[in-house]
Amino acid sequence: MELKTVKTHAVPVRYFEGGKGEPLVFLHGAGGLQAGDPFFAKLAEKHHVYAPLLPGYGDSEECTQIRDMLDVTLHTADVVDALGLKDPILVGHSMGGMIACEMAALAPSTVSRLGLICPAGLWLDDHPIPDLFAMLPYEMPQYLFHDVEAGTKLMTAGVALDDPEWLKGFLIMNARQMGMAGKILFPIPDRGLSQRLYRIKAKTVLVWGDGDKLIPPAYAHAFKKAIAGAELVSIAEASHMVTIEKTDQVVAALSKLG
Amino acid sequence: MKFTWFNLMPWQDLPDDFREKHRSVWVDIDSRLFDPERAHHLYNEYMDLLEYSSTLGFDGIGVNEHHQNGYGIMPSPNIIAAGLARRTKDVGLVVLGNSIALYNPPVRVAEEFAMLDCISGGRLVAGFPVGTSMDTNYCYGQIPALTREKYLEAHDLIKRAWDDPDPFAFNGRYNKLRHVNIWPRPVQKNMPVHIPGGGSVETYDFCIDNTYSYSYLSFSGYIRAKALMQGYWDRVAERNAPDDSPYRAGFAQTICVADTDVEAERLYSEHVSYFYNRCLHVHPGFADAPGYRTIKTIQSGALSQYAPPIDGYGHLSWKDLIEQGHVIAGSPETVRQRMEELIKGLRVGNIFCLMHVGNMPKDKCMYSTKLFAEKVMPKLRDMFPEYKDDNRFWCSPLVTQAKPGNLPNEQAVAQAVGGKD
Repeated sequence: MELKTVKTHAVPVRYFEGGKGEPLVFLHGAGGLQAGDPFFAKLAEKHHVYAPLLPGYGDSEECTQIRDMLDVTLHTADVVDALGLKDPILVGHSMGGMIACEMAALAPSTVSRLGLICPAGLWLDDHPIPDLFAMLPYEMPQYLFHDVEAGTKLMTAGVALDDPEWLKGFLIMNARQMGMAGKILFPIPDRGLSQRLYRIKAKTVLVWGDGDKLIPPAYAHAFKKAIAGAELVSIAEASHMVTIEKTDQVVAALSKLG
Repeated sequence: MKFTWFNLMPWQDLPDDFREKHRSVWVDIDSRLFDPERAHHLYNEYMDLLEYSSTLGFDGIGVNEHHQNGYGIMPSPNIIAAGLARRTKDVGLVVLGNSIALYNPPVRVAEEFAMLDCISGGRLVAGFPVGTSMDTNYCYGQIPALTREKYLEAHDLIKRAWDDPDPFAFNGRYNKLRHVNIWPRPVQKNMPVHIPGGGSVETYDFCIDNTYSYSYLSFSGYIRAKALMQGYWDRVAERNAPDDSPYRAGFAQTICVADTDVEAERLYSEHVSYFYNRCLHVHPGFADAPGYRTIKTIQSGALSQYAPPIDGYGHLSWKDLIEQGHVIAGSPETVRQRMEELIKGLRVGNIFCLMHVGNMPKDKCMYSTKLFAEKVMPKLRDMFPEYKDDNRFWCSPLVTQAKPGNLPNEQAVAQAVGGKD
């Protein structure tokens, strides 16, 4: 997998590229995307995968001009254009799923295959989503992982809270990434998507960990109801980071899209 | 020197086991701890204390804005200031301030401050905080990464609403207003403005560029504040500001005065402990929404340098709090010496005196306040004599002030209008 740069109207965009096969654009969640992500590697076995980073993620440039949901949606559509892709399979995880939905709703004729892995974007009063922005790092694994112990191990690898330089680096990364994510997720990850979902024409596969403690499965049913013909694949013993916990099953579900 | 008697208005009945049983004094504090009947008495007591201090020679009395907060039950400082405007005279009304990014539209602040300035006869000292992340992001839902942009736009709108004599259209990103034409207008043509800051370079520059006073409102005391204020003064020099008047800066300090140092500990330590242990018990997840601070500020290392002690205040004893300068307490002479160190060390002309602390009852608060006003303040008054005429950062009240509650008696009215009754 290679890390490359493509120019767009708003800002140069960093993206990972790898694999061979049908073009697939993967939009990452609020936590970003690391080079060694096993999900990416698995996807790349059968697809030519492009995974652009939102501005501020990884080493990519920030973009103050991107402020709201429409800005993010159009920017991401610009990225797909800039990569020279026409109607690739569009897949998004969590925040990335929200962006993918918006793209498919805004310009339905440009997205014919949509893979949504526990997407954000809706709000159900009876199932409030925990406040990701008020969570301390040590509190996160219990929401993100079914196997909390393994998740904790994964999330704390390399953490050195007592090293001021490490801490500063972490705070900067967090401010850049979650600052950007906050533009569409804070304080409630609902920017009116529910009134636009009816526009989606794409063949849609929803993938959800049935133990998701961040965006509970009630949301899976809300998405399924709102997107005509959407198919829901529930995965047992997985929480929000289902892409890491059940990589093979997620990739198998997405293979329904071609 | 300008001394402002400042009241945070803390709730006084947080239980002994507050830290153990509750995760935060702010944002999601348990509403069952609030008692409106008790608040009725508390608000009136706090306003009485503000009014009392105005009779003792303080230059200003100060209020501020917090939301969903157990140590500051003042979501609307303007309501308190309006009450104070009627019941005080001569003293400056320091509203430090209104979190202008939270008002929709922000002309509301231009209007209310203009009202306060008119009611008080030009006694308003205005403050425009960005607002803490707890207030602005977690309670009032502003998007962290856009908060500063919205703040700056609100500032430009308010300034123009005060200054432009004609109606104008304001096509902002966050505010679309076709007819801005506030009515009333403030008495003061150059409103003195103080900006609370916490070490961000952007706020240093904002103050320097607009000739606003930079206020560091910390509870960590003057010793820990040294690096931050030095950062500000370095910036003042770097940016070639026309002067380095100490009135370009202000500092908040917890102060307790008694006859002797020992007496101060005996009288005040439980209230200081209440404040530092219970009132400052904030869930760290609410401290700083990602995106609220600029990358430049984080990179400067300011946060770790100026932040409260890493393991919080909870374990600090009276001795620690005094030695580390979080609290200045003791006999009038001890307090004078330490205040002088503070004023010289930080080079600050404006002092926000936090003389009500935590659950301090009114008698102790009056006692400490009077001792400070009579035995400490006069000895510090004339520091920085070369800048004594610098009035850019303080209010300029009207010479002739209205007298509230001055209606004629009913008989005189009847005579004047020629009625029979």
